[in-house]
Amino acid sequence: MTSHRRPEGGSAIDRDDTVGFTVDGRQYFGLAGDTLAAALLANGVRVMGRSFKYHRPRGVVAIGVDEPNALFTVTTDGVREPNVRATEIEVFDGLAVESQNRWPSLDNDLMAVNQLGGKALAAGFYYKTFMGPVIGPLKGTRFWMMCEHVIRRAAGLGRPGTARDESRYERINAFCDLLVVGGGLAGLHTALEASEAGKRVIVCELEPRWGGGADGKKESEIRQIVDSLESKPDVTLLNRTTVWGWYDGNTLAATERITDHLRTAPEGAPRHRHWVIRTGHVALATGALERPIVFPGNDRPGVMLADAGHRYAETFGVLPGQHLTVLTNNDSAYQAAAALRHVGANIRAIIDVRPEIGAGAQRLADRAGGALKLGHAVVGTSGAKGLKTISVARYNHQTKSFSGGSEQIETDCLLVSGGWSPVVHLASQAGAQPIWDEALQAFLPPDPDKHWSVHGAAAGDLDFGHDLSPAPAPVFEIRHPGKAFVDFQHDVTADDVRLAHQEGFRSVEHLKRYTTLGMATDQGKTSNIAGLAIMADALKMPIPEVGTTRFRPPYTAASLGAIAAERYGDLFPHRLTPMHDWHTDHGARMYAAGHWERPESYNRTGETVEQAYVCEAKIVRQGVGLVDVSTLGKIDIAGPDAAEFLNRVYTNGFAKLPVNKARYGLMLREDGFAMDDGTTWRLAKNRFLMTTTTANAGKVMSHLELCLDVHWPDLRVHVTSVTDQWAGAAIAGPKSREVLASCVTGTAVDNDALPFMGIVHGTISGVPVMICRLSFSGELAYEVYCGAHHGTHVWEALMTAGKPFAIAPYGLEALGTLRIEKGHVTAAEIDGRTTARDLHLDWMLSSKKPFVGSAMMDREGLTDKSRWTLVGVVSRSGEKLHGGAHVVAGDRDEPGASLGHLTAMAFSPEMNAYVGLALIEDGESRIGQHLYAADPVRSQTHIPIEIVSHHMVDPKGERMHG
Amino acid sequence: MIIACPFCGPRDLSEFTYCGDADNLAARPDPAATDQAAWNAYVYDRTNPAGEHAEIWQHSGGCRKFLRVVRSTVTHEIESAEMVGPKA
Ligand SMILES: [Zn+2]
Repeated sequence: MTSHRRPEGGSAIDRDDTVGFTVDGRQYFGLAGDTLAAALLANGVRVMGRSFKYHRPRGVVAIGVDEPNALFTVTTDGVREPNVRATEIEVFDGLAVESQNRWPSLDNDLMAVNQLGGKALAAGFYYKTFMGPVIGPLKGTRFWMMCEHVIRRAAGLGRPGTARDESRYERINAFCDLLVVGGGLAGLHTALEASEAGKRVIVCELEPRWGGGADGKKESEIRQIVDSLESKPDVTLLNRTTVWGWYDGNTLAATERITDHLRTAPEGAPRHRHWVIRTGHVALATGALERPIVFPGNDRPGVMLADAGHRYAETFGVLPGQHLTVLTNNDSAYQAAAALRHVGANIRAIIDVRPEIGAGAQRLADRAGGALKLGHAVVGTSGAKGLKTISVARYNHQTKSFSGGSEQIETDCLLVSGGWSPVVHLASQAGAQPIWDEALQAFLPPDPDKHWSVHGAAAGDLDFGHDLSPAPAPVFEIRHPGKAFVDFQHDVTADDVRLAHQEGFRSVEHLKRYTTLGMATDQGKTSNIAGLAIMADALKMPIPEVGTTRFRPPYTAASLGAIAAERYGDLFPHRLTPMHDWHTDHGARMYAAGHWERPESYNRTGETVEQAYVCEAKIVRQGVGLVDVSTLGKIDIAGPDAAEFLNRVYTNGFAKLPVNKARYGLMLREDGFAMDDGTTWRLAKNRFLMTTTTANAGKVMSHLELCLDVHWPDLRVHVTSVTDQWAGAAIAGPKSREVLASCVTGTAVDNDALPFMGIVHGTISGVPVMICRLSFSGELAYEVYCGAHHGTHVWEALMTAGKPFAIAPYGLEALGTLRIEKGHVTAAEIDGRTTARDLHLDWMLSSKKPFVGSAMMDREGLTDKSRWTLVGVVSRSGEKLHGGAHVVAGDRDEPGASLGHLTAMAFSPEMNAYVGLALIEDGESRIGQHLYAADPVRSQTHIPIEIVSHHMVDPKGERMHG
Repeated sequence: MIIACPFCGPRDLSEFTYCGDADNLAARPDPAATDQAAWNAYVYDRTNPAGEHAEIWQHSGGCRKFLRVVRSTVTHEIESAEMVGPKA
């Protein structure tokens, strides 16, 4: 194959540094500085991809981020990164890539039969064939499920791998006065001006090199500005960095590619770095992208954007072809033709849809040589695996009509220019609606505000040089028989767009979704305007009235690795109680309860969780057990108005609670529903210790703070979270008092000194403790609190003191069993939908004072008799119940509607049965009824149950008061 | 979004918790009153304006103070952030 590399030119390449790389295992050589696209062009490779639906051979069209065709999968150490544009892959020694969407090879793709089907995969194919109701066996969603794997294989892009990506990624926060997006001349000048005014500036350029699309003659000017910016301490220059998202508050997201272009990464260097840049002002200098013209056969390899062809020669010293032709509707392509002629290309013809051109273009046409065909258009192309000839016919672009016969011109590269589109994506993301410019036939960013400005070509300031006009003729499509592609990457043709219109799609957003135009990985960078123009033509409306779609982040594919950076793996916070190590040392299975790790049960060898917790619960009911309750939320409430404050947030009275007494309290939300419960201890006249459920500790804390700061700033109260300061252990069972009596010094613990809900202060094994007699289990029980650092010491002292009484630790499961038997509620019942009445806690609703929720709790809907209320449930068949099961009236064949659900279940050793708590419709009146617990989805069980009072064990509370 | 906490300085949104409409919270009916219409309005009715909106935010990941933040619901621009509470 002849080399397409010219002996001179190529500002980016190092001619002395040859690098070897492979495509599908085949060895190629390029030069350091080449992109993969440039190196493949230099090797004479024309087919660089297969199209999405039809598997048509495709060549490279562009030179930058707008490339729709030449996509490859980069394979590094077994990790696959699919859909990377060849125009952005920098070659290095050892680079390995795979071509995509072809089988068995890029050159001979058997899937190309897809294109013979022609109409089969036209717009809306998926919707029409697969969506909607199932009519017959071969239609609808079910059919889609059957065909999906076949179609997905035939139509698609690259395939990701399953290997774990071992690369390191980084995130960084940056702050500046000015962020310049785009390191072309306009951006660099803006940055220099701002830095000279003393501003902190960050400049991001997505290409490796500075200068953007600037003419090669500007090279020294660019070098000079970059040198000057580099010398300034408050300027950060980031190349290979794509700013892809603009979010609220002038926060922008960018990805810096640090090692992708290197054979060996420097030690410790991350692969990508995700930048979160907060800036006072954004200067958009994002340039403009040349757009193609839609015509039959416009996707044949060898058809390329004119400016891309020009820049391949200038930047990489590569000619895109030997015998070039040009198709244009504007002056800029004449520059490309003249420049390519200058480096030795043979320009066969320039075909311009316009009937006449200005003096500047004429002069360049003379320089370029070849036939100048004004008022002509390309109406077809041929060549099996690349362009061989084009058909040209006389064309009147105003009437869109052809005259005379067509002429064949041999050419291996057709350079196309359909005008230029300023890159408005970022401005659009920020909410600025682009404005149609009739002269440029393009959308421009609207007038900037104080947060941003726009510079250079991005502002529509297209300067092609002396005597050249930036205004194109309004020609987006040359309509002639044949497949003419609008969106190369998604294989959307001009006829697909018209079909969508015929089928009634009017809005551009619907058009996009129906045809998938502009929805591929290139997000329609080359196709949006043409698609819009064809739609506008079909609607007989001007383009701006059809509108443009709003762009959303990211501008180009963003690296998820970089966004996640170090934040992957097990990052779930674990809170451990002071006695954690003791539990794990003693066989506890730990269980995640919110952020906390709590012992589920203490299993002996070979014991199941159920065997263990049933045994633990028995020990508590018959002897004595010890459980870690350090996870309860604990809030210190202090100040002269502390009692008044509690009176307002709890439903029951706290003002008269004596010192060294505790009270069970219930809180409601403002809307009258139950929020949380717990005990609050009065430690001194103006000091209380509030406990909350483990689950709601944070919520209750914020609620109290809001009440104090927002509603009652006059109350002199401080609230402080002390959850982590106290270790807590509950000792429960008929023998608990005897255990305490044997180890507590400094206070008596008998019924007189320590009655139900009483508090005493003493010491255990030398450590000061606070003991409150209260019970969650329903047994005689005490909560023993000490400083967190002494938690294990006190716990061990209690275990030692309990040894003669056969004390055993118990876990969450046994705790759950005990409270279910007693009908005590937790967060499973206080689920945000239940009221105090639903939970039989209405005895706690004071009528003597207002409190949070008091005004709303008696609303009609909250007092309705049919509401779900708390009941107990006993399995009648001996089968195990399942939490979350529905309670229904009928048997398995005709279960009937759900009456409610089980909130908790356990095996009750006291009742020798599986029992549970449930919230069911009009629960009170159903006590004694025989119903079913139905769990048709998870356990397929349908268990006969009896509804009982939620007080299943010791309903009068004699044990805990004893 | 950045909120300038009077105590902690300008901090990222992720440190704050939204607590509701400031004007609504300020209009909490007399707790002793059981005027259902007034309470209903307080608990459920919101103006949902497009534009300037006064809100209560807690600096939950910082000083835990409550701030009255005036924010545009259209642009998310923050006009002011002032402390509320006993020392305001
Ligand atoms: Zn703060």
